Formats: sequence, structure tokens, C-alpha cells
Amino acid sequence: MTTTTRPMHLAAHFPGVNNTTVWTAPRAGSQIDFSSFEHLARTAERGLFDFFFLAEGLRLREHHGRIHDLDVVGRPESLTVLAALASVTHRIGLAATVNTTFNEPYELARRLATLDHLSGGRAAWNAVTSPDAFTGENFRRGGYLDRAHRYTRAAEFVATARELWDTWTPDGTPRPFAHHGRHFGIEGEFTVPRSPQGHPVVIQAGDSAEGREFAASAADVIFTRHGTPESGRAFYADVKARLAKYGRERDELRIMPGVTFVLGDTDADAQERAAEIRLQQVSPQNAILALEQVWGRDLSGHDPDGPLPAVDPDPTASATRGRVAHGDPLETAARWRALSERKGLSTRQTVIEATGRQSFVGSPRTVAERLVEFVAADAADGFVLVPHLTPGGLDEFVDRVVPLLQERGAFRSEYGGPTLRSHLGLAEPVWKG
Amino acid sequence: MSATAPLHLAAEIGGPPRYDPAHYIDLARLAERGALDFVTLGDSFLRPGLDALAVLARVAPATHRIGLVPTVTTTHTEPFHVSSAVATLDWVSRGRAGWYVDVSTTGAEARLFGRRPAAPADELWQEAGEVADASARLWDSWEDDAEIRDAATGRFVDRDKLHHIDFEGAFFSVRGPAIVPRPPQGHPVVVVDGTGGPAARVAARHADVVLVRATAPERAAALRAELRRRAAAHGRDPRALRVLLALTVDLGDIETAPEPGLESGPPLSAGGSYYRGGPVDLAELITRWHRGGAVDGFHLTPITPGRDLERIVNGTVALLQHRGLFRTFHPGGTLREHLGLARPANRYAQERGRA
Ligand SMILES: Cc1cc2nc3c(=O)[nH]c(=O)nc-3n(C[C@H](O)[C@H](O)[C@H](O)COP(=O)(O)O)c2cc1C
Repeated sequence: MTTTTRPMHLAAHFPGVNNTTVWTAPRAGSQIDFSSFEHLARTAERGLFDFFFLAEGLRLREHHGRIHDLDVVGRPESLTVLAALASVTHRIGLAATVNTTFNEPYELARRLATLDHLSGGRAAWNAVTSPDAFTGENFRRGGYLDRAHRYTRAAEFVATARELWDTWTPDGTPRPFAHHGRHFGIEGEFTVPRSPQGHPVVIQAGDSAEGREFAASAADVIFTRHGTPESGRAFYADVKARLAKYGRERDELRIMPGVTFVLGDTDADAQERAAEIRLQQVSPQNAILALEQVWGRDLSGHDPDGPLPAVDPDPTASATRGRVAHGDPLETAARWRALSERKGLSTRQTVIEATGRQSFVGSPRTVAERLVEFVAADAADGFVLVPHLTPGGLDEFVDRVVPLLQERGAFRSEYGGPTLRSHLGLAEPVWKG
Repeated sequence: MSATAPLHLAAEIGGPPRYDPAHYIDLARLAERGALDFVTLGDSFLRPGLDALAVLARVAPATHRIGLVPTVTTTHTEPFHVSSAVATLDWVSRGRAGWYVDVSTTGAEARLFGRRPAAPADELWQEAGEVADASARLWDSWEDDAEIRDAATGRFVDRDKLHHIDFEGAFFSVRGPAIVPRPPQGHPVVVVDGTGGPAARVAARHADVVLVRATAPERAAALRAELRRRAAAHGRDPRALRVLLALTVDLGDIETAPEPGLESGPPLSAGGSYYRGGPVDLAELITRWHRGGAVDGFHLTPITPGRDLERIVNGTVALLQHRGLFRTFHPGGTLREHLGLARPANRYAQERGRA
């Protein structure tokens, strides 16, 4: 096996509101009980992971105007869950996804600094931008921001939060602040002293050029979807090259794709389990749903075991709201048709193949090797592992893969310091009073 | 009201700002040992200190029975976020959450947000009432049995049991449903300081627990009667309202001669009532007021939490327990159970039932 001099970073994603999470399995538990969060966070900490990650959604998804009912629905509010988890964990970082469109800098900076104090320096913030007015209907700010404005607001939001985190001098004296920019005009005194990490860790997730630029300028970590070696390498090179423009070094930003995994005693075992899991993830109903999301049409009468629909997608229609759309529907349909013809697949089989999400499948040894290679090839600095089961989905990885990574010197054998910044190998930000 | 009605006790654990969670955990555990109904943690965007709801979320797994009631203001925070955070506190504490509703009246607070100028208290409390209303609807927007996990049909939820609330108020609108499933208590306990004015209107309509300030039992009894009358006018069961006397206590001077009874002290809080003396005399005062049927209990704000709460629990409460006036343990698990309040029915399930 190749060895790497660059140890990888690992984070745990709480399985939730997506079609990766299998809720029909006998071992699937609650996605809302605190015990589920406690189990997964403690498991990740036992595995010496850098951080535990919670996603956010501020409106339940709808499909054809009705609430989507096939996937896990419902989740508690991130920062509150993480504050409680700070009580039952000791070292692992605690990362909350919180939108910049539907929040205000003073309040969110205060909540994040609070989490950093309550956890002894383990807080992180995934600063996402909302895609739609649909979500806005739950907020008085409401409405829609186009992509350019979302990111200028996000960038100013993060910069403002940093100004607030810097208002107390390191020796604990509060000083007034005033920020008057394009999106925010605020002044006063921040009520929380500089937190243990100086600034909580900032994560970015979002793939457009604007998103990458925002990450290069302001983020400590990028959470990406580029989980294959090829697209990972391209993404990695692209984003790291953008850093210089902002006077930043290549290792001031950690790139971590969200990836899934399936383990088995042997590679063949794992492949078999992976196929079973895919069948659970893509039920006949979910196959039709996936179809309707691309086609934009009502295909409820379509046979999931038959061929793809003969009709073309309606590129103007959007069946599902509250979900980030990926790619052009006509192109996607053409790709799926080609795949289906080439391999002679039914609708459901096509969806299974085309939306495949299992990044690492194999014996613990195989998976450990692939992870190490991935990092050695500069396709990532580490991974956000997305298990498909709540809350036990990480147990096997921690028990069987982590020790192999440690044997190879590819992952830590103990936490080096108390803060998330120290796990990530990131310096505490210089105080800019 | 009969003299045997259960006595309810609560304490504020805020004080000079502290940034270490251990301090708050120690105080909450102390209050829990005294079998108090709940602790509150005051908050505002101006006062140095941590976000109160997060602090009590941090306290939740370190305690087992005590109710946890942070102040969450409604003037500058999105109603949808308020309802989600409070519901989540109820989830992480397994049914022990409350919400102390307050507003932000100052220009200094408004400038921290830069979204709107300061507004008169009347308007802010009207808005707070709307936030409480929208929150309760959001908490109901998931029926308790909405999650079905029906593998046969592939459905995780029964979407007929999830509801858009379509709330349209004078200040904001919210479409819903909530992203957080209905919390363990159905509705976390709503606490309002409602001695008078616009806050009293909100209290009568939306609060489960109302704090009142009074310096004589007759005055407190009159306030309670008025709150109950107004609650009934809103179609509520007036008995489902707990009225607690808000009392600031200074137990630091027990070496000097006690000053029994309630005195009108320095204006620590507008129109506030203030007690200075020893823990035994405080127990006397509580006994007298409660026996007389003036209030359902007391919300005590120690001048110095670290010192006074210990004296309240080991002195005052111990004596009340010895006299059989206050319970020695929490018989139930949720804050509603401590307060003797029923779990609210779900309005949408009821509507469906009638339809
Ligand atoms: C890996 C990943 C995770 C994301 N997680 C969330 C999330 O939890 N909540 C959310 O509202 N948006 C999330 N987003 C959406 C982004 O914040 C952003 O709105 C979206 O990707 C569109 O921006 P873009 O055009 O720059 O990609 C995520 C995006 C990526 C790539």
C-alpha cells in the first residue's frame, strides 16, 4: 500500500434528509431523538474524527405541490443540537450548517461564538446560501436572491462575523464595532469575548465559480460533491489555485468531499451489500420520483421495471421544490437513455446506476487503500463520510477502517490538541483589532 | 383556590456574565436537587453573556429532570428560527423546555441588526404575540403520528398529517410546516412576565406560566384573577395558567438581623418585588402567600446566583419540604408534568377529527 506523508482529515455527516439514508432497514433508528445524535457523534469521536456535521434545510421539500413523503423528513435545529452534544463529547469538532440568506450577522456570530465557548473551541459553521424563494416563504426577509447577490451577501456576512469575533481584545476588553457595507449597516458592542478558537472554523459548500471564489477568499474547509478521483483532482487544483489571489497558502484551506462507503468481509461481500443498499435507497417509488425530478412531469403511472419514458423531459417544469437542481434535464435524460440502452436496464436499474452514490466499496483494507490513494493523488485533503444508517452507520468504519489508516500513518492515533482548528492543522486567526 | 394546591418554584440562574458552561451546569443541578420546577436564564442582545438557549441546551444532557427556560426575544429574530430552536431544546432535553418570551425595545439593539428602527413596546408585544401564535402553529404542524415509516408503500411520513400553517400576521408571514417534528411536550412551556400593559395581554393569550410583580398578596391575587379572566375570554381554560410571583432575593445578609416579609426594594426591575433577609424567613413568606391563595408559586431571582441559590435550595426549599409544602422529588419527566399542565392537543389533528 502507498503511504502518504499527508495525514487525512475525517468528518461524520449525520444521515438525514436525503435519499441516501435508508430508513427501512431493521437497524435504522430515529433521526430526531437526541440519543441518535449522541451515538453518532460519540462514535465519530471514538474514531478521532475532526468534526461531526449537520446539514440544514429550512423548508420541507415538495413534489408536485405536495410534501415529499418518501425520504426521511424532519430534523432539529443544528446549533441547539450541537450545544447539547458539547456536553457528551470532549474533542470532536461540532459543525452546523446555517444559511446566510435568512439570518443576520450579529445574532449568528453570537450563537457561533457561544458554541465555541460552550465546547471549548470546537465550533464550525458551514455558511450556505439559499437557492430559492420557496424557502423564503418561511421568513420575513423572504424572497429571492440571485446567485451573485447570495454570494456577495454570504461573503459580507462572513466578513462581518469575523469583525464581530475580533471586537474583544485578546486580553478580554470589549470594544465597539461599526460595519457599514452593501448588505449590512450595523454598530454597537458584541456581547461575547473572543472565543477559544479566535474564530469558529468556516466551511463552504457550493460549486459555482462564485461559490469557489467565496471559499478561496474566506473558508477554512470546503465540503464538496466531487467524490471521484478525476473530478476531485480537477476541483482540488482549481480551488487551491484560487487561494494565491487572496494571499493565502495552499494548506490554509481543507478540501473534503462528501462520500459514502459500504464495507464487507471481502470485496465481493461488499459489492453484494452495496447492491442491496442501492435497492433500498432506490425503491420503486423513489425511482419514479427521480424520474419526475428530471422529466418535470407526472410519471406516476410509469412502470419502474419497464424502460425509460418515451416522452422527453419538460425543461421548463420543476416538479420538486426545496432541492438544488443538478444539470440540464434534457442532457440528463439523454445520458440515462444511453446508459439504459447500452446495458439493457429498466427504469429503476437505470436510476440506480445513474445516481450511484457509493464512493468506496470493499473490504476494510480495500477502502482504507482507496482513501489513502485519493488523498495522495491530491483529489482531497480528507472526507466527510455520509453513512446510510442512523445512528449506527459509522460503527463499522470506526472499528475496522480507522485502525488500518492509523497503521499506515495516514490518520491520527490521538487528538493533538483541544480545538477543531488544531485537528484541521489550521492556525488561529490573527487578531485584527 | 384551596390551600393544598401544589406549590411551584423556579429560579433564575443568570447573573454577572460567565462564559464557562460548568458554572451553569452546577446551578441547574443545584436547582434540580431542590426539585424546583424550572430554571430560567435571562438574555438580551445587549447584555454581555452567551446565548441563553444554547447554554441551556449544553446544560440539558448534564441534568435529568429540571425544566430549562431560556429567554428568547422576538423583535429581531426570525419567528421560524425561534420556534425551531425552542422545539429543539425540547427534543434535546426530552421534554423539559420552556421559552421566556421577551422583546427588544432599545435603539441600541435595533442598531445591532440594522433592519428596523426601535419601536414602541405596544407594537413589539403585539408582534411577540404573533410570534408565540405562529410558533404554536408550527409546533402543531406535524401531528404526533406523522412519521409512519411504511415500508410497504415506501412512505416515511403521512403527508396528510403535515400542515402548512399559512400564518399571516400584521408583522410577518410563515408558510410552514416546521422542519422540526412536534416536540415531546407538544408545546414547550411559554413563560411571560405579565404584570401589566401589553405583555399582560400576550400572557393571558399565550402563556402557560405568567410572572407577576407585586408587593402585597392582595395585589398578586387581583393580578391572577385578571389574567385568568382574560385567558377565559380567549377561550382558554383559566386553570391551565400558572401565576408565579417574581421575587428578587438577597440572602447574603443572614448574619444581620433578618428583615422578614416583603419590602419594596431598590428598583432592580421596574416595579419589581425584592426580598432581603434569611432563607427561613423567605420560606415563611412563601408559605404565607401560597396558603393565602395569592399565587401558584414563586420565581426567585437570586442577587448572586452562586451564593443565594445554594441558600434557597438548602435553606428555604428544605424547610418548605419539611413542612410538606413542596415536593421532595420530580414525580414526572417533563416540565409540563412538574407544572401540572396537560400536553396540548394538536389543533390540526382536532380539525381533521371534526372534518
Ligand atoms: C456538499 C454540499 C452540501 C450542501 N449542504 C447544504 C445544506 O445542508 N443546506 C443548504 O441549504 N444548502 C446546502 N448546499 C447548497 C449550497 O450552499 C448552495 O446553495 C448550492 O450549492 C448552490 O450554490 P452553487 O451554485 O455555488 O453550487 C450544499 C452544497 C454542497 C455542494
